Order: sequence, then C-alpha cells, then structure tokens
Amino acid sequence: MKNLLSFEKPIAELQQRINDLEKESLEKNIDLASSIELLKEELKSELQTIFSNLNRWEKVMVARHPERPHLIDYVKALIPDYLYFCGDRLFREDPAIFGAMGHIDENNIIMLIGHHKGKNTKENIACNFGMANPEGYRKALRLMRLAEKFRVPIVCLIDTSGAYPGIEAEEHGQSEAIAVNLREMFSLRVPILAMVTGEGGSGGALGIGVGDRILMLEHSIYSVISPEGCASILWRDASKASLAAEKLKLTAQDLWAHHLIDGIIPEPVGGAHRDHREMISQVKDHIQAWLSGLRTSSWDEDLLQKRYEKFSYLASYQQVKNNLESSLPEQVK
Amino acid sequence: MISFKNTNNTPKIVSSSPTLEAEAKDWIKCPSCRSLLYIKHLKENLQVCPKCSYHFRLSALEWIELLLDENSFHPIMEDMCALDILEFSDQDSYADRISKAAKKASFTEAIQVGTAQIESQAIAFGVMDFQFIGGSMGVVVGEKIVRLAEKALQESLPLLIVSASGGARMQEGMFSLIQMARTAGAIGRYQKEHGLYLSLLTHPTTGGVSASFAFLGDIILSEPQALIGFAGARVIEQTTRQKLPPRFQTAEFLMEHGQIDKIVERKFMKRVIGRILSFYAEGHDLARGV
Repeated sequence: MKNLLSFEKPIAELQQRINDLEKESLEKNIDLASSIELLKEELKSELQTIFSNLNRWEKVMVARHPERPHLIDYVKALIPDYLYFCGDRLFREDPAIFGAMGHIDENNIIMLIGHHKGKNTKENIACNFGMANPEGYRKALRLMRLAEKFRVPIVCLIDTSGAYPGIEAEEHGQSEAIAVNLREMFSLRVPILAMVTGEGGSGGALGIGVGDRILMLEHSIYSVISPEGCASILWRDASKASLAAEKLKLTAQDLWAHHLIDGIIPEPVGGAHRDHREMISQVKDHIQAWLSGLRTSSWDEDLLQKRYEKFSYLASYQQVKNNLESSLPEQVK
Repeated sequence: MISFKNTNNTPKIVSSSPTLEAEAKDWIKCPSCRSLLYIKHLKENLQVCPKCSYHFRLSALEWIELLLDENSFHPIMEDMCALDILEFSDQDSYADRISKAAKKASFTEAIQVGTAQIESQAIAFGVMDFQFIGGSMGVVVGEKIVRLAEKALQESLPLLIVSASGGARMQEGMFSLIQMARTAGAIGRYQKEHGLYLSLLTHPTTGGVSASFAFLGDIILSEPQALIGFAGARVIEQTTRQKLPPRFQTAEFLMEHGQIDKIVERKFMKRVIGRILSFYAEGHDLARGV
C-alpha cells in the first residue's frame, strides 16, 4: 500500500511484522509458517474491525482512495472484448468520461459508461481527475443513445468529485449538459444500472446516474455537495469537513437506510483498494444478476414509466405533511 | 448550493447616524453604482436603479404582481412544507431555519406554483424566492415543480418558471440532489408532448437548479446582469488558478456563449412573455385551421 490512511496505521505495523518474519524465514531458512499464519489471521480480523466501524469522514477517505479499482480496471475485466467510442460530435473528446461496449458474458452485451479519474499523475491530468466538462456529459448521452439503438443495457459507473468547475465548462454550458442528461435518461428505452464505485459527487455524478436500479459499493459515498464545500458554506470553515460529512449522511449505508438506493455491494475485507480482483468479481456478479432479471421484464413504455415512478417514490418518501397526506401514492404512507 | 457572500444583492438600508434613522429608512444605496436612491422612486421603477439600471432582486410576490394579470394567480400546494429528514444542523438546526424562513416570508417554501394568466392567456406558473434559504431546492421545491409540470401537461398549458436559487439544499442531502433528476424528468415528459416551457433566469440561478429544470427551457430568458452558472466563481478560481474573464457568469456572458435566448429588461418582461404566448397560441390555432 503506497497510500496509507490514518486509521490503517495498526494494520501497517502488523503487515510489517509479517513481512519481517517472511524475510527472516527465507534468509535463515527456518519454518515460521505457523506464526506468520497467526499474524495474518490477526491482520484480517483487525481489518475487519476497522472497516466495519468507519465513521463517515473515514468512509470519504476510503471512497477517494487512489488505489481503488478505476474505471479502466472495471472495463478490462468486465468486458474484455470491449470497443470504446469517443467524442461529443460538437466540440471535443473528454477523457474524463469513458464509454465502451462489450460482452460481460456470452449471453450479454452491455454499454459501460463511467467517470475516469486516471491511475497515475499523467493519466490524472489527461482525464482531469474524472471531473467532466460538458463535452463529457454530451458524449455520455450520445453513447447511451447508441446503446438504445443496439438494444443493449447501460451500466454507469460513477466515480467523480464533481463536474469540472472551469471557465470553459461554464462557457460551453455545464448546466445545460447535465440538465439535458437528467431529462434524456428518463427517455432511454433500455434498462440502466447506475453504480457508485467511489465518489458520487453531486450533479456531476447524477449526470450519468438516472437508473432503473441504483447500487453503491460498501465504502462509496454519494452526496449533494462535497463535505469540504458544505463546511465552507455552512460553517465558513473547510476544516469542518468531517463534521459536514456526518451531517450530510452520505455513505452507502445512510442512503440505504433512507431507501435512496437499491442495494450495497460488499467490498473485500479492508476495502476495494486491497483486492481489485475480488472487488471486480463482486461487481460483475451484481451486474449479471441484474441482467438475468431483465429478461422477464418489458423494455418499452413500462420501463420508462417505472423509472419515472421510482424517482417520484424516492423523493415523496415521508415528505409532505398537513392536508397533502391524502394525495400521496399508497406506498408512501 | 453556492455561497453568495460576495455578491450580496439585498438592498442595504443606509443609516449613518441614529438621528437620521427615520429618514434613512426611505433611502437605499444601489450596490452597482452606489447612488443613493429614494425607495419610493425605486419601487415605482420596478426595483430597477434609475441611474444605472441595476435590477434589484424581486420577491416571489413582486414577480407575481409584475408578470401576472391582476388576481389571476391560483396557487396550489401552498401548505407543503419541508421535513428535516436528516436531522441536519449546522450553527442553526435545519428545522429552525425552515420555520424562521417561513415566518419571514409568510409562505412555506422557496417556490410558489399555480395557474395564472399573462395578458389573458392561461399558463402554469412557478416562481422561486431567493429569500427563502437562498431559493434552494429541497424535496418540496422539487415536488412542486414536478406536480406543476404534470398539471401543465394534463391541462395543456404553457409553463413558465421564474428561477432564483443558489442550487440544491444541502440540509436535505441526497434527497435534494435527486430533485434535479425528478424535475428534469417531469419537464421532459411535458416537452415530449410538445408543451412549451419558458424558463426565466433571475439573479442568481446557479448550481443544482441551473443544472436541472432551469436550463431545459424551450426558450430561456434572463434579466440583465443576472448571475447564472453551474459552479461558484470562487471555486472555479481556486480550482483552475485562472483569472476569471470580465462579466463571467453574467446573463450577458451567457448570451455571448449561446446559452440563453434573450436578455429582457424588467419593464418589458411581461410584454415579451405575453407575445411569446400569443405566437404560440396563434401558431396552434392556424395549424388547426381555426
């Protein structure tokens, strides 16, 4: 682990002891297997304890961890025969959004669209740390329309701190691009699965996030504003970010408790950054389960109606008081 | 939601000494040209500075008075009010903020919606009020817009929404973010059935409101000099470390970049909207051979 989070320190010490023992065992040619095994067990249970008791701010740090699987890792592993497509046809290719089509298994093709943060500094800069410009959102919509034409389901993987706050982004209509995506995603006649894999940052996340099913990874977050942004507005102090994170209730578990998402995908012990293979395999299982459930349902008007109602239900939930109670749909009461 | 610390548009009462307080209440300083204005004259001039034509912000009620035919507004869902779902509190609890805002504004939320007439033409109408928690969009604002768009669709009415908002309401967390999708979805359904949606952007329209229903207008109008944008100027400056161009995120800037249709001075607003509505009605009549 190159990037160690503060609360991961106890694990680091254990890991170091394991490494030392392994080295010693090799150098001195003595069998330390049983002690190593014991330590590994201890490490695992320590990880388990730490990661099942993360506070919200710690979750934010895990969600942003630079060594979590990135979009391109998911693409390569989930749809090995992928073909990627580029451009918004208007102004520019935006590498902050990546979209590709391919087989997830022999019976299913999907269009996979997501934010791409980049794996190293060079890539980070090239794809603007996953902060898309309007061109990225317009490209995403173009590829969703393409998926509709191909009759293949869409899977959106969300991982962004937000839409890019830039001068050109404003000049090119960041607001309009996101607004149009939100509107048009309600009219796409193919099923959509939206999944937050890391950071679900505000409108920039939602801009590819209107789905029939919405899932989050165990340690991902989804928020109306970054904790830092919220803290600097409400407390006039960006260092109150951890407090803001608590108040915003932005973890997968919070959103699940409030019925805002359809499910949580468990992460490997110690977080997705510790075991990419295991994480991606979990994600694949959930996509495949979703796909296999689709066969029985209709893909046309019914699909759009349900998508629209899904969002109405999400929001009406226990919201309205006084005499409006009577006009609420039955399931809300 | 964006902070408007540096772009305060609230008229400031000028009061230099306690003895002058009584007279001071009648005067206010224009934040743009710094002229001292007699409030009575300012009101007569539709809250537009007679010296530099700076447009002071209007409340929802003032917009209703300005745009709609007299007594034609029939509000709906007036009693809908927000719940503190997340039990949010910063320096103030959200529940307190709501009740304080409601008391001050004498209505329950940051938007009023209903049916109305403009130059005798029926419309579905919504108007936001920045004074109510920065015009921010929470569940109730979202719900009201959705139901307004649905009503406009059912009753085949043109739809006009006057926006004034800092964006999504942080205190409702993800519940407010989702309103962006909901309002956009409802507007989309209405537009798919060829409904005409006019969006009027006033100072300020930013964040989650600009990036949802406000920018989906078939025709987008704005007031002069209104601040309109997605991200806050301070955030952009800090992120990009670039100097912002002059008039950045003003209506005029957006006009130059092809983002809006028309900048209309307040005194002409009703006339322009009235004419759009009459063209629309006439076009439909002609097509039907009426």
